[in-house]
Amino acid sequence: MVSSSMKVITFAGPPSSGKTAVALELAERFAQHGRVGAIKFDCLSSHDGDDYEAAGIPVLTGVSGVICPDHFFASNIKACMDWGVRHGFDYLITESAGLCNRCSPHLRGAVAVCVIDMLSGIDAPQKIGPMLKLADFIVITKGDLVSQAEREVFALRVIKANPRARVFFINGLTGQGCHLLAKELEAAASKQEAIPERLRFSMPGAVCSYCFGETKVSDKFAVGNIKYMDIED
Amino acid sequence: MGDNINTNALIDLPYAQLLREHPLAAGFFEQVGLEPPAPQQSTGELIATLDEFQLADCGMDAPALQQAFVAYVGRMESIARAQAQHTREIRILGGVDKDGAPEELDLCVHAGEMVCIVGPTGSGKSRLLEDIEYLAQGDTPTRRRILVDGAVPSQSMRFAVENKVTAQLSQSMVFVMDLAANDFLALHAASRMMDPQCIPSVVERTLACANDLAGEPFTPSTRLTSLSGGQSRALMIADLAFISSSPIVLIDEIENAGVDRRRALDLLCGQDKIVFVVTHDPLIALMGCKRLVIGNGAVRSIIEPDDAERTQLRALCTIDEELSRIRHAIRSGERVAATFDAAEGGGKEGGP
Repeated sequence: MVSSSMKVITFAGPPSSGKTAVALELAERFAQHGRVGAIKFDCLSSHDGDDYEAAGIPVLTGVSGVICPDHFFASNIKACMDWGVRHGFDYLITESAGLCNRCSPHLRGAVAVCVIDMLSGIDAPQKIGPMLKLADFIVITKGDLVSQAEREVFALRVIKANPRARVFFINGLTGQGCHLLAKELEAAASKQEAIPERLRFSMPGAVCSYCFGETKVSDKFAVGNIKYMDIED
Repeated sequence: MGDNINTNALIDLPYAQLLREHPLAAGFFEQVGLEPPAPQQSTGELIATLDEFQLADCGMDAPALQQAFVAYVGRMESIARAQAQHTREIRILGGVDKDGAPEELDLCVHAGEMVCIVGPTGSGKSRLLEDIEYLAQGDTPTRRRILVDGAVPSQSMRFAVENKVTAQLSQSMVFVMDLAANDFLALHAASRMMDPQCIPSVVERTLACANDLAGEPFTPSTRLTSLSGGQSRALMIADLAFISSSPIVLIDEIENAGVDRRRALDLLCGQDKIVFVVTHDPLIALMGCKRLVIGNGAVRSIIEPDDAERTQLRALCTIDEELSRIRHAIRSGERVAATFDAAEGGGKEGGP
């Protein structure tokens, strides 16, 4: 176990849900009384790191490219946390974009936040898997754009999907609601005992011909850890 | 969460008994995509039979699934218990303006009253609504404090997501869910844990009211996303009145077109809501029991309507009715007759 008082907070959520806006807003609040660093995981090229730098927050950007983004996260997060410890951060925020819904980058012992937006559809809370179900905090964004009734229906669906989480409505553009969320996150993070070492939930595996660049779609070319659908006529 | 529920007992209850004692628990199995236990099987026993692939489909390991089950039942039951809330009064205590100077304010607003908020852009009108929504306790930039029924609101009241004390309506809100109006209202009523037997009549009443407020009628099966701006607003207001349980309604402007603003606001006040409206519409501004004038981030003065204003309000109502009549005539393709005399400035009897 690495001994450090650095608090790790993982942010996850579907693409364009407002993760960066919310994480940045919070990072700036944490930065008022501690040193904050950020890790930005992305699948394709990313410019979001620029936003952290503009806010004066040191950031590492990891682009998974040809590798499964979740496995990329799991194989790099430890080294990223070591980087944070070497820099003497009080808070390390990790942000992972658009992981497949079966995955979750949340770590045992670290505070986990899932960001989900109101425009993503009424079934979204049920479709998003461990990333939402295993989060400690769920942030709902873009609520200012939709009717009160839809906000209430959506919030209840989120609570049903993860009845253990604290749920917050945040306006990512104005930061409204972040004041309290920042306080609650700090309180929750203060309970972290050590630098996290395990994922909260295992990731789906593949190791098949498609992992290594196969492009033909047929069982003749599918080799390795493969799952087939039952198709009845 | 989960107060009054013995965690061990809950997970060990045979399903038949669980359903009798905690009927809301049934929703959990649908939620995680599991077949419910057999009548004599407990939830704990069911979870013990799941293999790693079934658990993977639930998105949780066995201990997390057990915890989620207990948390689900506790939270759903607490939501159902907290349905009926009545707020008789809200009190706003002044903070500071944008320069840090004290705001002289101690305002009580009671159920069924409407307060209007006026002032130039950037003066702090929306900030006041935010303070009320947040039930501020000196912890916002304005340092205002809000008391509910004479008391400092509890943390759980302030930060509840379900059963929130305040509901909001603004010009920029739209419906985004692709559902028929009646299906959506039923869904909303169900998510407020309304008695299923009451839901059809509540939905019918809400739709009738929305149709009444909107100039142009729509059918119960109209999709939310194809409602006009006015129809959407009318439906949101009717929903606030009959389905939403929030006793305080915060409105940031309410448009002129396609919805009868006056009756909409009367409806909300009639349902014993406490209504705050940011507006520059003279008709609405004069309807409030008080008018808060905002400047430099603070309430500068409070105007209560006098006889002159009440007389003016009646005149404005006549003009407003005349305008709606003309609008209706134009929409129906009619020619508009000269009922207004510019020099006189008032409406005459007899429409187009």
